[in-house]
Amino acid sequence: MDDLLREFLTETSESLDVADVELVKFERDPNNREILNNIFRLVHTIKGTCGFIGLSRLAALAHAAETLMDKFREGIPVTPDAVSLVLVTIDRVKLILTELEISEGIEPEGSDADLIDELLAMATDPPAAAEVEEELPSASVVQMGTIVHQTLERELLPGEVSLDELERLFRQTEVEVVPPKAKASAKSPPPKAAAKEKPAAKEKAPAKEKAAAKDKPIAVVKTVAENEPATAAKRGDDENAPGTPIAAQSIRVSVGMLEHLMTMVSELVLTRNQLLEIARRNEDHDYKVSLQRLSNVTGELQDAIMRTRMQPIGNAWQKLPRIVRDLAQELGKQVDLQMTGSETELDRQVLDQIKDPLTHMVRNSADHGLEFPDDRRRAGKPEKGVIRLSAYHEGGFVIVKISDDGKGLDLARIKAKALENGLADEAELAKMSEGQIFRFIFAAGFSTAAKVTSVSGRGVGMDVVRANIESIGGTVDVQSKAGVGSTFIIKIPLTLAIMPALIVEVSGERFAIPQNTVLELVRIQADSEHAVRRLNDAPVLCLRNQLLPMLHLGRLLGLDAGKPEGYVDEDFENRLIAVMDVGNERFGIVLDSVSHTEEIVVKPMSSVLRQVSLVSGSTILGDGHVIMIVDPNGLAQAVAAGSEASMTSTMADAVQQDTSDAFMSLLLFSAGSDDIKAVPLSLVTRLEELERDTIEKVDGRAVIQYRGKLIPVIRADGELAERGTGTQPMLIFSHDARVMGLAVDKIVDIVESSLDLQLSSSSPHVLGGAIIDGRATEILDVGYFLSMALGEENEQEQEAGAQPRLLLVDDSPFYRNLIQPVLRGRGYSVTACASAQEALERLTSDSPYDAIISDVEMPGMDGFRFAEMVRGDLGLTHVPIIAMAGSNPAIAIQRGRAAGFTECVSKFDRPGLISALQEFTGQEFTGSAEGEAA
Amino acid sequence: MTKSISEAEKTTGTTQFVTVRIAGQLFGVPIEIVHEVFTPDRITHVPLSPPEIEGVLNLRGRIVTMVNMRRLLGVPSSGTATTAVGIERFGEAFGLIIDAVGEVLVLEAAKRESNPANLDPRWAELVTGVHRLTGELMLVLDVERALARLGARRTAA
Repeated sequence: MDDLLREFLTETSESLDVADVELVKFERDPNNREILNNIFRLVHTIKGTCGFIGLSRLAALAHAAETLMDKFREGIPVTPDAVSLVLVTIDRVKLILTELEISEGIEPEGSDADLIDELLAMATDPPAAAEVEEELPSASVVQMGTIVHQTLERELLPGEVSLDELERLFRQTEVEVVPPKAKASAKSPPPKAAAKEKPAAKEKAPAKEKAAAKDKPIAVVKTVAENEPATAAKRGDDENAPGTPIAAQSIRVSVGMLEHLMTMVSELVLTRNQLLEIARRNEDHDYKVSLQRLSNVTGELQDAIMRTRMQPIGNAWQKLPRIVRDLAQELGKQVDLQMTGSETELDRQVLDQIKDPLTHMVRNSADHGLEFPDDRRRAGKPEKGVIRLSAYHEGGFVIVKISDDGKGLDLARIKAKALENGLADEAELAKMSEGQIFRFIFAAGFSTAAKVTSVSGRGVGMDVVRANIESIGGTVDVQSKAGVGSTFIIKIPLTLAIMPALIVEVSGERFAIPQNTVLELVRIQADSEHAVRRLNDAPVLCLRNQLLPMLHLGRLLGLDAGKPEGYVDEDFENRLIAVMDVGNERFGIVLDSVSHTEEIVVKPMSSVLRQVSLVSGSTILGDGHVIMIVDPNGLAQAVAAGSEASMTSTMADAVQQDTSDAFMSLLLFSAGSDDIKAVPLSLVTRLEELERDTIEKVDGRAVIQYRGKLIPVIRADGELAERGTGTQPMLIFSHDARVMGLAVDKIVDIVESSLDLQLSSSSPHVLGGAIIDGRATEILDVGYFLSMALGEENEQEQEAGAQPRLLLVDDSPFYRNLIQPVLRGRGYSVTACASAQEALERLTSDSPYDAIISDVEMPGMDGFRFAEMVRGDLGLTHVPIIAMAGSNPAIAIQRGRAAGFTECVSKFDRPGLISALQEFTGQEFTGSAEGEAA
Repeated sequence: MTKSISEAEKTTGTTQFVTVRIAGQLFGVPIEIVHEVFTPDRITHVPLSPPEIEGVLNLRGRIVTMVNMRRLLGVPSSGTATTAVGIERFGEAFGLIIDAVGEVLVLEAAKRESNPANLDPRWAELVTGVHRLTGELMLVLDVERALARLGARRTAA
């Protein structure tokens, strides 16, 4: 391909992109002669160049388009149809250009007669809107024929109709003020000026994405404001003046050259780092001053080179107005795309990467975020929906926000979908914040669109969006409010090439961790306030009221493979923990040591190594060693995956635990007195710290507003929570949709201990006393608080004696956790199973149980089938089986009897359950409350 | 690369091979694709990488991915890497760890014979023919395919 053609292709693509934007603007504002002139000039330039280098097909097409544009300039009305036609023409031109590029300069076969005919027909034959004009006495447009061209006739979409109306209004007003023709000649620059402006326009046209291909030049115009087409249009006639100097000030440099420069500077930085490393080791001061100077210059050079790679984010947005416009027409919606901060600069490598995700997200917003005009009107919103695109710098990041004022994400549907896809279970969902649930839309294959349109299904590809953004070290998050709209927030690093990193050592190997993801380093010491606790096998870091999951980097990276099994379970004492913050996920990673921080030059991983999820690249250290850069996003995913794994292991452990010394994680706190109180941690949904003045009163009960809901608050000492000042630590418990807060004075610790109730209690809210961590501790009955706060009946008593063995079958971890302490507290030895299958295995392998308590509704084998199996297949005809029915006990009782259940109680009727147990296990009671329970 | 070989074959009818020895067997690598022969030093293991990849190292400022040819061919690894052949593919640098490097041979393309049918399929995948030399056979190593296999592993994994 010769240089001339290459130059032509680049230039024309740029011009066409600008034309796209301008045309959409023009459609909205047909009176704006400046925009019209801009488009005319662009098309004219294309035509001229095509003719010059002998591309006859293109030239003919451009000529036809130009003719129509010229008519517009003369004043024929601009209808949406006309704009559509011109856009189609531009698309055709692009198509031909693409083929030109592939075939290295040979125009593709084919004819554009169809389009040319339409264009010319439109030019000589002003369509529908012109007819209307004729009827208006004040219209002074060029008189044309009245036959509407057939090919243009189609059903007008709602948006178009109103545009036509608008159009007519515009035209009427316009004519009253200045005749269009006069206006055109007055305001449009003379042809000579237009010609003179061509080079300026070219320079102003921002580099197209095609420039990504290495051999294509891009415009390196560092006058950013000028680079933006939106501002270019506003500047109108004045642009000739600043235009010329800009052209003179900037030159085109090929991307390949810039890339090369960048590589060289990266090498220079490396070499400098090596020199600095040597200087650190040597005491010789002679060259240190020079080295310092070299270091500074290198830094500045790096900075400057980096800036040449910077491009305004507007380049990635350029196609959006056109896309949104087409989409709005197709869907019959009215969309106003507002863009701010398009001059925000970022590395072009990053820019290339986010272009597609951004486009996808804007499409999504238009397609699924915004409602149809009718729905909007009903919701009391203006018919025209707004999509706001904004970008700004923050720290070393560029923040891009895409927000719409549509209906917001559908929380219920996302939940349902998450359940359906097995991404979370009910109990997990209950514990999640709205934000966490919304984030499911970024999960693979997650689409909540009830109707998948030709355009997009919200969620389809959101996983790809996330993957794309994360691959460049960025994060994406979503906020949404029902009926108000959604906002997607993308945080992307300014550049990928060089970044500050923490050099750490893990299992004898060094790694680099991007410093912007490290919040702090914590050293764990026996007497320090930051303690590492174990929840089952999963270590967590208690750090200033936060519980952070901890990852063992060495184990994750497979470096401990050769070590004995117990290796990772060693003490965390004196170990360093890096607290990471990645995409709102906070966690700690265990390190052996931290050596220093260094500006590292990121070298991409070889293509054969890119599947390694926890490593995002490599770098060469000052000492010449290659080390791997740990991928914080990969770690964050490992945290999520780890929580699932520990969840399953918790379940497995629950089954395998020897029932006599079951260990439990207990949350210790104080409330009211100095005494330590405890609740099983597994029952706590969340720990919150709230301002005390957020506690309000409703109907004599203390409540707080928690995630859009009013939830009751109870003090752990049984008193009503009072409004006051200061912060209030609060334990949040939830079951199904019911949520309550338990106000405590101070959260003390989390410990692992066997729940061995030593003392019975006379207070209803206390299960009993136990020795935990060497201290007498009150074990609180969460069930009591739940029922008290949520107005359920409740009874409480305590008994001791021989331990009848119970088998508890329930698929809900929440309920298992809720009921186990209660039963244990009553002197039963409880074995819990998460499924009927497990229970059947237990029944065949273990020593006989005194009673079985089974949930009725379970996935897989349900309670009825389970009872039948126990009675039939296992032949256990005498063991009492108590059914726990969730929703409709009446039906369950009938079916339950037939299936072989001895008794059926409501899931939340704990006294009923206890009395049934007493009845069927023949348990003797020593407690004083016996009569009450029976 | 294959293009350049065939061009060379067309003009002269001969191909130049750098011979390398892996697990006792002599292999030939077309000389055009061999950038250099070097002694691997300070290889950094890449966690969680396929076993055929020994690691990466810094070769004069470039990061080179080191491929353990023994493992790729399914023979037990010899321990410390002593010699490697540097090649380049799609702008990325690779080092093939071999046991030893031998002389450069100029062989007539016409004399290249196809793979014997009983060649281990694992080997046959990476070998595009056999040259009969005095006293032994030299297998023509298809570096492209060897590296592609690494990529294929990835998609399979």
